[in-house]
Amino acid sequence: MASPGVLVRPGLRLLVVVYLTLLLMAPVALVFWRTFEHGLGPVIDGLTSPSTLHAIQLTAVVAFYAVIANTIFGVAAAILLVRRQFIGKRVLNALIDLPIAVSPVIVGLALVLVYGRLTGVGKALASIGINIIFSVPGMVMATIFVCIPLVVRAVAPVLEEIGDDQEQAAATLGAGPVQTFLRITLPSIRGALAYGVVLALARSLGEYGAVAVVSGRLVGRTQTVTLLVQERYLNFDPETAYACALLLVVTAVLALVISRALAPKEITR
Amino acid sequence: MTTAATTVAGAGPISGAPPASPRVRRPLHGKGGAITLGVVLTYLSVIVLIPLAAVVWRGQADGPGVFWHSITTPEAASTLKLTIVASLIVALVNMVMGTLIAWILVRDRLPGRALFDGLIDLPFALPTIVAGLALLTVYGPDSPIGLNIAYTRFAVVVALLFVTLPFVVRTVQPVLLELDREMEEAAASLGASPATIFFRIILPNIAPAMAAGTALAFARAVSEFGSTVLISGNLPFKTQVASVHIFNQLESDNVTGAAAVATVLLLVSLAMLVSLDLLQRWGARRG
Repeated sequence: MASPGVLVRPGLRLLVVVYLTLLLMAPVALVFWRTFEHGLGPVIDGLTSPSTLHAIQLTAVVAFYAVIANTIFGVAAAILLVRRQFIGKRVLNALIDLPIAVSPVIVGLALVLVYGRLTGVGKALASIGINIIFSVPGMVMATIFVCIPLVVRAVAPVLEEIGDDQEQAAATLGAGPVQTFLRITLPSIRGALAYGVVLALARSLGEYGAVAVVSGRLVGRTQTVTLLVQERYLNFDPETAYACALLLVVTAVLALVISRALAPKEITR
Repeated sequence: MTTAATTVAGAGPISGAPPASPRVRRPLHGKGGAITLGVVLTYLSVIVLIPLAAVVWRGQADGPGVFWHSITTPEAASTLKLTIVASLIVALVNMVMGTLIAWILVRDRLPGRALFDGLIDLPFALPTIVAGLALLTVYGPDSPIGLNIAYTRFAVVVALLFVTLPFVVRTVQPVLLELDREMEEAAASLGASPATIFFRIILPNIAPAMAAGTALAFARAVSEFGSTVLISGNLPFKTQVASVHIFNQLESDNVTGAAAVATVLLLVSLAMLVSLDLLQRWGARRG
């Protein structure tokens, strides 16, 4: 090997380190630096202002309902896809991945077109006192949409791997479907389910685009933390914007750490 | 499609779909199965299918002429062109850099690689608006390194590179991990150069994973919204991506225009999902 060959490995290393530093590490690190640039005072003020507290509470409420709904749906869909055979299964399988490839703005637009106040469905629901768009139900639906694949795709591989011998045995011994699910299936998918739920929760807390469309971004009413970050930044209140951004960064890092600890064995290295 | 989905989900590497099990799957008999299927389908219909169908229907409801006009107005055309071109660039950069990062993480004893490995998933977990704000902090008007690229097309590419970083890494990494090194050692003992080994042995093995990751990165880049909002400035004819255009059309009550451009993006997404499915089969056939 001539000298150029010797330089390839350090060169590639350097390229990767520089690329990751410039693209990923420096920007995230600088959010910390910018947040604490003027000390702790502005950070605490930013995080405890009434609009921030309201945004945090609203984000938690929306994420809570979305995660509950997607957990139930995710387990049911995973069981169907792994344990049952039916016509259109491949289509259902593909449909569950569809939300991944759809722009969050289109998610919002789609929900507005069906459940908006000027549509038939929207008017009918409004007449019985239910508002979807520019209100919490629409924000929950948008969040559900973007998180649909997470729980299904976390649970399905584990269901496949554990097989159904124990479930069959339980059924033979006279256990009903509910009992079998609660005593056999649920305990064995616990880890994967927790993993999927953490991913869904992180995604729900951080959703921006779809919620931006369906919420109407009404300050103090339908403003989540991500929407607050943008609004505060554009309204020349970078202190609050950065404090809330840091809160979201810490949440994301926590979710990553927890999900790594929970990840089913075949996913971890 | 399992690999694709779980990777997007930030699930980290999953080595392909589990092999088809020899177990006999019960047909959908009994009340329990039918009710579950009914609930699952209703849920998907109410949240996903009917709304997406409404977008496509609304996009062409005023006739093909209006649809065509909506997607070819100078602003819509420039926004679609920017989105497609930037996404292609981003997909190609990801194909090269993602594979290289995966290779360094698996094969190289780079100090601190556990930290790098953990950080790769961060763009999946980080809210997109925060990603945009973070990039603006480094590469915006107040850049501490004096590099201001805000409100340029380059900034759009950088934002898209940030959010798509994990795709190729996380699809290629598990394949590299499982790759049998004996083949490479045999080739080396027969006198093959590192370049020959890479192009003749490693590359053919990881090509399906690279293609799948690249397609996912492209699909994600085409539909990206949040990370570009702050750093691109959303300047029409310059840095406005398609999602922002849809958002603005909707805000100014041009619902048909928004739905028409959204239909184009949905078709691109659908094409990507179909090609991913085909790639998956290609990868499975090659073992």
